[in-house]
Amino acid sequence: MTEVKDMAASESEAPAERRLNMIEAINDALDVTMGRDENIVIMGEDVGYFGGVFRCTAGLQEKYGKTRVFDTPISECGIIAAAVGMGAYGLRPVPEIQFADYIYPGLDQLISEAARLRYRSAAEYIAPITVRSPFGGGIFGGQTHSQSPEAIFAHVSGLKTVIPATPYDAKGLLISAIEDNDPVIFFEPKRIYNGPFSGYYDKPVEPWKRFDASVVPEGHYTIPLGKARYATQGDELTILAYGTMVHVVEAVCREKGVEADIVDLRTIVPVDIETIEESVKKTGRCLIVHEATRTAGFGAELSALVTERCFYHLEAPVERVTGFDTPYPHSLEWAYFPGPIRIGEALDKILSE
Amino acid sequence: MADRPQGAAKAGDNRPSLSLHVPEPKFRPGDAVDFSHIEVPEAGAQPRPDETTDPKDMLDFAHGLIRVLGEDNKAHGPWDPKLDPETLRTMLGHMAMTRAFDERMFRGQRQGKTSFYMKCTGEEATSVSASMALAADDMVFPSYRQQGILIQRGYPMVEMINQIYSNRGDKLKGRQLPIMYSSREHSFFTISGNLATQTPQAVGWAMASAIKGDSRIAATWVGEGSTAEGDFHSACLFATVYNAPVILNVVNNQWAISSFSGFAGAERATFAARGVGYGIASLRVDGNDPLACYAAEQWAANRARANAGPTLIEFFSYRAEGHSTSDDPSGYRSAQERDEWPLGDPVMRLKNHLIEIGEWDEERQEKMDLEAAEHVKKTTKEAEANGILGHGLHHPFRTMFEDVFEELPWHLKEQSEQAIRERETKFPEGLPNGGKGA
Repeated sequence: MTEVKDMAASESEAPAERRLNMIEAINDALDVTMGRDENIVIMGEDVGYFGGVFRCTAGLQEKYGKTRVFDTPISECGIIAAAVGMGAYGLRPVPEIQFADYIYPGLDQLISEAARLRYRSAAEYIAPITVRSPFGGGIFGGQTHSQSPEAIFAHVSGLKTVIPATPYDAKGLLISAIEDNDPVIFFEPKRIYNGPFSGYYDKPVEPWKRFDASVVPEGHYTIPLGKARYATQGDELTILAYGTMVHVVEAVCREKGVEADIVDLRTIVPVDIETIEESVKKTGRCLIVHEATRTAGFGAELSALVTERCFYHLEAPVERVTGFDTPYPHSLEWAYFPGPIRIGEALDKILSE
Repeated sequence: MADRPQGAAKAGDNRPSLSLHVPEPKFRPGDAVDFSHIEVPEAGAQPRPDETTDPKDMLDFAHGLIRVLGEDNKAHGPWDPKLDPETLRTMLGHMAMTRAFDERMFRGQRQGKTSFYMKCTGEEATSVSASMALAADDMVFPSYRQQGILIQRGYPMVEMINQIYSNRGDKLKGRQLPIMYSSREHSFFTISGNLATQTPQAVGWAMASAIKGDSRIAATWVGEGSTAEGDFHSACLFATVYNAPVILNVVNNQWAISSFSGFAGAERATFAARGVGYGIASLRVDGNDPLACYAAEQWAANRARANAGPTLIEFFSYRAEGHSTSDDPSGYRSAQERDEWPLGDPVMRLKNHLIEIGEWDEERQEKMDLEAAEHVKKTTKEAEANGILGHGLHHPFRTMFEDVFEELPWHLKEQSEQAIRERETKFPEGLPNGGKGA
């Protein structure tokens, strides 16, 4: 794995090298912020005593008490709404929605309330909420535990949407999200909680600890929202991706010997247009990869932005590789997933133009 | 008939055919109105339980009707809050002011000064009297018909009118539909317009107050029609699960635009009874009886402050006017309903009570009404100096893009520049009103 620019700097500041998987990094971010700010509270289904079905909040209730880390009824509407009310009081809630697929009952509270509070009250009230939620497929979750609904949130004015791809980023981005005074949707790619994913589901998962991006410094650090990173750098083309797909495209490029600028967007709203333009103008080719369904997916927005801003630098049409426009099937999960074959074909096509 | 699974058609042949019940209000336009089916218990007949009573031991209160002011205009029974005459006159004054304000703003909309208005005529006690029973710093999460709270809390009326006119004086920068006020200074939450969303938010605020060991409680208002929203049920659930210091006020004004309360379930149970299933102390109250409204809210506030839990209050009232300036109730309900309403009018009832106890008279009432109308008129003029809707005296264009986020991201900066370019194309000679509008 080619290393991250801003990571090198932080590593030199870090007192000791410590390797964490993404779950541990998220837990660490929550722990660090809760220790610094008494107004941070965590709530969600099974997040309290049990520590979350993915263990992201393990140990936090014991450390910070039951009124700062607590279980909730199975009511996503209630969870988000209570967080909005708490935010209006002056707390900084970090609700967890157990799976992104469950977030829909809370959508009105997110779209019509959290996202608009600052605007409609002319900043009298704000919603400094970070909604954490595992998303994406590749874990045999079927249609209700696999979705990638990020485009829905990207379409809403007033919401920021963040998707980390490494443990280091997960911690730094989550701390930024929690400290942000606007509502943030923080989607955690659950397929890569334990290790990056090559796209080959039949190969064993390589744990994060074998990769340098799992070096997570102790204490407080932030990665600014709205800043992408180059996962790899190369001149042949630009690949725009986020979350799990960053690792899949990286593996495919490595395998095919393609030298690509792989831009890990990290935040899709606001998106880092400068880095996108910089890279596409350099390479002249752009492939967009996401796991979510294709039609009106975030790839459509990226494609439009690249075409509007880099058209005269393009040597080939912008390509998209995405999930299909079907629900995420259980048994045919890997036929749905935009894996090495779909990405490989797109690479061949775009590089041959 | 729709397809049945194979074999099912035959098996069902001996069963009676089903029929769907679609609720229908008792009276439609032109019908003679008879409200004798509404049970109106004697004022003072209801006992008053201790504020810390277990909800299981007070189930009757969800089905009865707490009343204080009787036909004789006297206060009766254990719910009489025994307010001194000065407080009663203040309450009457706020209600009269609210009514005068409504009259003027309604007329202003008809005159084209704004796009929209909503009166609360007949429901003044459910906001004014209830609000008086709270502390000024208790947080309220209102719906759209609680202007009485702002008037009671002393929010400057000129700010209300600026908001209604969406003019350059509007603190909310002309972003919200008229009457969707916000005032943090008055512990008044920004009104949404999406229904019932404020109810679980109020619970969240109350939970936060309890988490921090604060002493302030929260109260929210919702219409009976909006209790149908899932948000209301989330509110009840979170309130009971966390024993939140919150009051859930349901204003049952019988009508949700043209849909009568039966479409929210009123044919089967009272709205107060919704609290029973959640284990929430629930009171059903004569919403046109200002003293009963005050007493119930005070009971609930005491309960919340004692950490004894949430309360659901149903204020049984009647929406005497249309839903809004966009609504014409003569198209769906009998005009007689308002006159026949068995619980009377809250302003008249409080006035008559004050007269009955020798603390008021018609002359003073007339003077008060006149002064209220004058005050509203004068304040309206003051607000009109800041402009009326659509007449250029709005906030600068750039404010459209502010407060979407704390800081302006690149895409909004670009769009903001576009809006300013469009303005320059429209007004190449410079802006009207000497640029005051931009």
